[in-house]
Amino acid sequence: MTITDTHRILKAQGLSIGYSSKKAKHIIADRMDFEFREGELIGLVGANGIGKSTLLRTLSGMQKALEGEVYISGIALSSYPHSELATQLSVVLTEAPSSKNLSVTEFISLGRQPHTNWLGTLSDLDKEMILWAMEQTDTNEIKDRKCFELSDGQMQRVAIARALAQDTPLIILDEPTTHLDLYHRAYILKLLKRLANDTSKTILFSTHEIDLAIQLSDKMMVMTPDSMVMDEPCNLISGGHFEDLFPKDSIYFDTKTGRFSVK
Amino acid sequence: MKSPRSYSRIFIALVILLVAVFLVNVSLGSVSIPFSEVFKGLTGGEVSKSSWHYIIVDYRLPKAITAILVGSGLAISGLLMQTLFRNPLAGPFVLGLSSGASLGVAILILGAGIFGGMLGGWLTSSWSLVIASALGSFLVLLAVLAVTLRVKDTMAILIIGLMFGSVTAAVVAVLSYFSNAEKLQQYVFWSFGSLGNQSWSGIGILSICTLLGLFIAVISSKSLNALLLGENYARSLGVRLKRTTLLIIISTSILAGAITAFAGPIAFIGLAVPHITRQWITSSDHRVLIPSVLLFGSIIMLICDTVAQLPSSEYTLPINAITSLIGAPVVIWLLVRKRKLIF
Repeated sequence: MTITDTHRILKAQGLSIGYSSKKAKHIIADRMDFEFREGELIGLVGANGIGKSTLLRTLSGMQKALEGEVYISGIALSSYPHSELATQLSVVLTEAPSSKNLSVTEFISLGRQPHTNWLGTLSDLDKEMILWAMEQTDTNEIKDRKCFELSDGQMQRVAIARALAQDTPLIILDEPTTHLDLYHRAYILKLLKRLANDTSKTILFSTHEIDLAIQLSDKMMVMTPDSMVMDEPCNLISGGHFEDLFPKDSIYFDTKTGRFSVK
Repeated sequence: MKSPRSYSRIFIALVILLVAVFLVNVSLGSVSIPFSEVFKGLTGGEVSKSSWHYIIVDYRLPKAITAILVGSGLAISGLLMQTLFRNPLAGPFVLGLSSGASLGVAILILGAGIFGGMLGGWLTSSWSLVIASALGSFLVLLAVLAVTLRVKDTMAILIIGLMFGSVTAAVVAVLSYFSNAEKLQQYVFWSFGSLGNQSWSGIGILSICTLLGLFIAVISSKSLNALLLGENYARSLGVRLKRTTLLIIISTSILAGAITAFAGPIAFIGLAVPHITRQWITSSDHRVLIPSVLLFGSIIMLICDTVAQLPSSEYTLPINAITSLIGAPVVIWLLVRKRKLIF
């Protein structure tokens, strides 16, 4: 048991997510149990509005869980001090940086903040990590450009480099392939796959690229209105879980090719 | 990778420029005094006329120091507000601080006319304006802090600050409507702003407030840099948003509140200097921006004051008009030349 415990990065126990107001609780997903292990690439899929972002926000501590608890590296999320959590978990969000005037280097360097002193001075180790993050994401050549000069694909690579520079065992990405062309969608997901394998980081991403995710993910989380199932992609296909993803009136899931087709 | 150290040349150049502008500011005035005598006066030597000594040490020097404090303080608080609200139009007074100060002063000056005697006698003291202005700012600050602790959205603070401003402006308008010409003129003169006639004790208090506000800005610079990514990213980097927002608001309030109390509602500097600085300093790093904005603010304020006192004439123009008259064309010229706003 001790071996499995040390390789477990995240564990959710009886986790219910959603929004609560004074009057009522709006539950999006109820009593989920799952865990992430070291070096896993996990794809989260589900229809629009099913609660993918809510799940990601809850797992990354931006939103409180309605019930249950999330443990990251063995410590409950609700009892993490802010600064401590930043060394365990980094995020790539859909939102653009609010200052487009940041250079790529400045943007990536900000990922080192949890490791720097009160003024944010970069040590040699910090600079090494930033360089490594740039090499991993092929952002070295654009390091002097400003964020407003980048294409969507370049911006996404820079955002991933920033998360890498933060040097955390767990990275959570919210729809990293939106707005990208087919080549860049595949590029980004392959990059994530390689990073998970090579650095034994655990990477969770939400996406609408179901066929790409099936091909590349080690495990997938499938969110439907009734349940959340997590397993290896082939088991999910044979279990018929992708059929429940969308209403059945216009598309169907072809189990042979592993993709959706128009009826 | 550009570290703050690689900007040291620019900093040195700016410091030299600041010293030069300071010396020019002290040398020029309605009475022409030879530069050698000015230098003697500043370094504590014997000045050939005692009236010159008085003009240099007790009038021009305090005015120049006030200009530096006012310019740097307002510029820094403008920078803080622009970063916190991610809005290039934000300035030191978006939270309604100057409106609060105006209200305090309006009640003191105009209210004295309406409500009669009780306040009238007290008015003569030069400290009464400072106290009324500080009280007004302080009340608005309390209201803004109460709002900050309640609302989740930073933008809501901005809008609520503007609302406070409108309400206080309305009260001032009502007070003005019922006031006589003499009191109105007195109020209008205050609203022009003034750097002169500061006592040394006043400058002492202003310095302490400016240093305190600056200190908070400097210790917040790491969080300010994280805020450039947006609030969610900042939080994911370990920034405690509520505490950071409070610190930035308190720093701005101390700076802008104290400056308005002593020098009146000086417009434009706080809004424009951060933009002027960004056109030269391409870094977004607050560890570079804070010292640069501070130096640019002091230099520009000293230049404005030099122009306002109209060398070798006995008139002094209102400083508030000069800051805009000089500053606005500079900002327009910079934007047209670079064709875009760097923000």
